[in-house]
Amino acid sequence: MKLRNALIAASAIVSVAATAASADELTIATVNNGDMIRMQGMTDDFTKKTGHTVEWVTLEENVLRQRVTTDISTKGGAFDIMTIGMYETPIWGANGWLVPLDDLSDEYDADDILPAMAGGLSHDGTLYAAPFYGESSMIMYRTDLMEKAGMEMPEAPSWSFIAKAARAMTDRDEEINGICLRGKAGWGEGGAFITAMSNSFGARWFDEDWNAQFDTREWSDTLNFYKNMMDDAGPPGYATNGFNENLSLFQQGKCGMWIDATVAASFVTNPKDSTVADKVGFALAPDNGLGVRSNWLWAWALAIPAGTKKEAAAKEFIEWATSNGYIELVAEKEGWANVPPGARTSLYKNPNYKKVPFAQMTLDSILSADPNNSTVDPSPYVGVQFAAIPEFAGIATEVSQEFSAAYAGQQTIEEALAKAQALTNDAMEAAGYR
Amino acid sequence: MARAVSSNRKLLNTLIAWTIGLIIFFPILWTILTSFKTEAQAIADPPIFFFFDWTTENYSVVQERSNYMRFLWNSIIIAGVSTILGLIIAIPAAWSMAFVPSKRTKDILLWMLSTKMLPAVGVLYPIYLIFIQLGILDTRIGLIVVVMLINLPIIVWMLYTYFKEIPGEILEASRMDGASLKDEILYVLAPMAVPGIASTLLLNFILAWNEAFWTLNLTAAKAAPLTAFIASYSSPEGLFFAKLSAASTMAIAPILILGWFSQKQLVRGLTFGAVK
Amino acid sequence: MATQQSRSAARMMMAPAVILLLAWMLVPLIMTVWFSFRKYLPLRGGDLGFVGFENYSRFISSSSFWPSVQTTLIIVGGVLLITIVFGVILALLLDQPMWGQGVVRILVIAPFFVMPTVSALVWKNMFMDPVNGIFAHLWKFFGAEPVQWLSQESLPSIVMIVSWQWLPFATLILLTAVQSLDSEQLEAAEMDGAPYLKRFWFIVLPHLSRAITIVLLIQTIFLLSIFAEIFVTTGGAFGTKTLTYLIFQRVLESQNVGLGSAGGVYAIILANIIAIFLMRIVGKNLDT
Repeated sequence: MKLRNALIAASAIVSVAATAASADELTIATVNNGDMIRMQGMTDDFTKKTGHTVEWVTLEENVLRQRVTTDISTKGGAFDIMTIGMYETPIWGANGWLVPLDDLSDEYDADDILPAMAGGLSHDGTLYAAPFYGESSMIMYRTDLMEKAGMEMPEAPSWSFIAKAARAMTDRDEEINGICLRGKAGWGEGGAFITAMSNSFGARWFDEDWNAQFDTREWSDTLNFYKNMMDDAGPPGYATNGFNENLSLFQQGKCGMWIDATVAASFVTNPKDSTVADKVGFALAPDNGLGVRSNWLWAWALAIPAGTKKEAAAKEFIEWATSNGYIELVAEKEGWANVPPGARTSLYKNPNYKKVPFAQMTLDSILSADPNNSTVDPSPYVGVQFAAIPEFAGIATEVSQEFSAAYAGQQTIEEALAKAQALTNDAMEAAGYR
Repeated sequence: MARAVSSNRKLLNTLIAWTIGLIIFFPILWTILTSFKTEAQAIADPPIFFFFDWTTENYSVVQERSNYMRFLWNSIIIAGVSTILGLIIAIPAAWSMAFVPSKRTKDILLWMLSTKMLPAVGVLYPIYLIFIQLGILDTRIGLIVVVMLINLPIIVWMLYTYFKEIPGEILEASRMDGASLKDEILYVLAPMAVPGIASTLLLNFILAWNEAFWTLNLTAAKAAPLTAFIASYSSPEGLFFAKLSAASTMAIAPILILGWFSQKQLVRGLTFGAVK
Repeated sequence: MATQQSRSAARMMMAPAVILLLAWMLVPLIMTVWFSFRKYLPLRGGDLGFVGFENYSRFISSSSFWPSVQTTLIIVGGVLLITIVFGVILALLLDQPMWGQGVVRILVIAPFFVMPTVSALVWKNMFMDPVNGIFAHLWKFFGAEPVQWLSQESLPSIVMIVSWQWLPFATLILLTAVQSLDSEQLEAAEMDGAPYLKRFWFIVLPHLSRAITIVLLIQTIFLLSIFAEIFVTTGGAFGTKTLTYLIFQRVLESQNVGLGSAGGVYAIILANIIAIFLMRIVGKNLDT
């Protein structure tokens, strides 16, 4: 036992010496979300512990995606760590573009990562990106408006209840919209929402032979239900609203309900930015009694491009940023409600975190999403609000543009679905699936 | 312009022109005003114009998030050096086109302009691969060269139209007097060309400053200019109008100030030979 | 007049610019043409071999192709029309005697200094937002239903944003031309009792024709490649996908470089058609 301790101590000294000898400068590409911005503010802690310094490249989500994809597919080497999501990780991992994260230290405790997250960030059982935070989607609603409408939100509501409540809560004179949902074009915006919603209506993107399914009744039901509800109870111009627009509306008290990312819970309950912070309730995303709910699963994660010369330092950073230690650091400085959620099992067992009002609902939502069985009918793809194939992002963006045009009344839902069907099949043919 | 104008007419002109000027300027003014509001005041209904609690908090938040000075410095270097480099290459070319024209001069000129029509995004991958090969990804040198090449046609074109307005007789006279080519350029042409060169410099500095595709896609941390700075504010968490305004103001302020101070020069040089 | 010696000196002086631009044009052009014949999918392992004209036929048969050409032409044409018409009016107005001429001139040219991304962000969020935008407040103040600018009036909105950015450029160039107008000629016409419109049509406009051509040429070059204004505001939805944007979608969103390159070749063809058309007008006007 003593010998072992001595060995560990010795190796620790060696590793300290090694890190001290080669203080690297890491270039990290990341998305401009609140949690990432907060991490940038904490970088000093990392530098103090390891001696490495960090250069941040913070970009808006869409710009980040195109920037890192160009770099990794050309092996440009501009970044040592990239912030990527559940969509990119398995594809890039399969291409051998990422450094496997299977040798993280014991202290880091990789087994503590929520299985749903680890599963979505792996390829063939190997972890390729460590989750910084994970999210599902859920209903956030105004308890006061719900009461005023004389209704009560169940823990796990159905879509028909939501539609009824949305119409009841709407008060156009007071500029209160019963429900705010994403309608903005883009696969990660309105595309993600409508895909997750369609799952609960029994729709799917592709059948088992990769044929597009937009000519099915399930898809037309989904879109008609969405558009009817939003026309009656949604905010003006909802066809251009994404996460940010809806967050802003909700914080201003202009939405009765909002179904969106679980991470938004900490923003809408933060009295500094939200005018309705003390009147927010949470519930599971709705379903239609078909056994699949309409919530998604997503993680923003840190990955190391293969071929970087600073692999060791990059791993140190990932271990620092996605560790329990980092969570405690944030809790200490900003309070438990603001720690990055959804990545680690132990967080949800922490008594301090259990007191946070949205903690349990977040965990329940995450646990109820299954990327491998996301649709009612069997489908050939992995992913809840996306299909983890390289062609999906391009196709889904175009499809969601057609949908948004239908929401805005520029074409009918039938026209939008017919175009979506044609362009999806065309692209899948070009990629050699059919 | 020595027309006698009644002061009624002048008053009317002033009123109309100021109204239009303020309408055109209003988006910028509104952005600057909003950047000094709190977030709540920024979205107040009805909008508040001047009577709010002025605060500089947004600026400190933006500064805390990103190192503004480095972005600014990169912008200055990239826009400045690329413009000067472009001028060094373009002045002789434009000079020779203007004073020793051949049959193909105009074709060459138009061809140069047409190189600007190749859609940038179509060649992103090729250029990116070349940059990797040359090892100039995320370096100022790389960006200076690209931005210089993008603006070179405009620089040549502007200088050419300007040089053409310099009367040829003066040149001939100086040649008769036995002036060498060097003297000719230095003592005869340069003084007459300075306003044109100055405004070309200004206009292309602005164009280089605002170039957003290559400066964003070929940089990471080290060489990123203000166009990359603003790309991290395109959609922050929630719609924080005041902080967005602060970031926007910081991104455009330097060039706006430069533009205002040099406005006269810009107008004078921008004649493109239209002045007869 | 030019001697043999000065001719070769002239060639020497032109050489650096010509060679540089030739390289800058030819290298990417050749690579674009090369990739357009290949199946190049970065996410599927890169260059997967020769496919003939498949990329070309696929790009043009896409349901987005012709609408995108149409959108491009509408945006370019719309912005040119607005900036030139208002540019002429503004230039004539700014040439009139008034108090504070210098300040007004600064106000009018200021938008030219604003980065496209910034101007798109400001217009989209602070003006065109259907709930919190200034326009929405203005419409509500007059008791009207706020317009959903970027979804229901998407193309006019983008034309408006881009026109705002380019109006200063047009005004500046036209203003310098107006200032050089022969005032004696105008006064003589005025004495003869020619009405204002007639004077404008027969004296002012011909004088401005060369400046207008220059505005037309330079702006077209920049307008054909506008991108940030669309990327930030609509992301290509609601019928605002230009040819440049379509190529962007193919290359970066669909990660199909071959297909995007074929689109690039089409874009060059379109640009050249417009260029030839323009050069005809410009060439004629520049000879004078």
